[in-house]
Amino acid sequence: MDASARVVFLVDKDGQEIASQGEVGNLDTTSLASLAAGNVAATGGMAQLIGEKEFPTLSHEGEKESIHISVVGRLLLVVVFDERSSLGLVKLRSKQVSQQLAAMFDEIAAGDYDDLDSPFAGITDEDIDSLFS
Amino acid sequence: MTFINYASREINCKIVYYGPGLCGKTTNLQHIFDSTAPQARGKLISLATETDRTLFFDFMPLELGTVRGFKTRFHLYTVPGQVFYDASRKLILKGVDGVVFVADSQEERMDANIESLYNLEENLQSQGYDLMKLPYVLQLNKRDLSNIVPAEDLATELQRKGEPVVEAVASTGQGVFDTLKAVAKQVLTELRKG
Repeated sequence: MDASARVVFLVDKDGQEIASQGEVGNLDTTSLASLAAGNVAATGGMAQLIGEKEFPTLSHEGEKESIHISVVGRLLLVVVFDERSSLGLVKLRSKQVSQQLAAMFDEIAAGDYDDLDSPFAGITDEDIDSLFS
Repeated sequence: MTFINYASREINCKIVYYGPGLCGKTTNLQHIFDSTAPQARGKLISLATETDRTLFFDFMPLELGTVRGFKTRFHLYTVPGQVFYDASRKLILKGVDGVVFVADSQEERMDANIESLYNLEENLQSQGYDLMKLPYVLQLNKRDLSNIVPAEDLATELQRKGEPVVEAVASTGQGVFDTLKAVAKQVLTELRKG
């Protein structure tokens, strides 16, 4: 779905970046993910203080660059856009794609992953020590 | 919860530095930032007041290397120590994998340490965590000052479960990496349990 955005991220509510798409360039995506999650957590805290469950979308408009964040279950859809797009278009497309993503995440969550082997089950003390040598 | 991204083959772990106001949480992160090669770390983001007190959190990603083909990255956070920022502290503990409690060794900060430690246990509980089951390190900071409580007495008062205790002077870097190493090791050992 085209929103003429610059970059789109999927971020975990705890601040971990899951995926990004678009003109990432030298954008510090790790910091952006952490701050987006902090932002949603802070406004979510405010929402609860005034009796709301959460604020499902947040927008920040700058002179040239803007950010729109939608809460999709336990994930955040973060859209960075500039004057090539508009807040209205980004909101519309985010809402449409959020519904598709929510359905997709439900399907993933319902999956059975018990037989998925952890790659770290065989991790040794030497493996761990090697990181600090 | 440790975040494993199978697509990009990365493990991301969240470590939170907790403790009373002015105990040296930000100084720990600042030292790690200053002494790490730029390619191994990201920016140090500090959301602070005009007087340099932490307002929301400090954040710094740090890459340690590769384990079993997975890039190991630690996301280091501090909380604001001042008592009235409790709502923010709770939020920052979400998704935590390991905690460092930075205690201020000065005699007059003993009560503040105890209060902050209770606050940590309470806030962890409210997020569904149990300090007794979480990777955890106790750092006794500011060991270079003259008015300090003996390390053994501090440990007796503040140690909760036989966690590693590291004496530190964060402003010079003493003990900072030992602390990080001690908590990171516990977090990675947890991964083994699955």
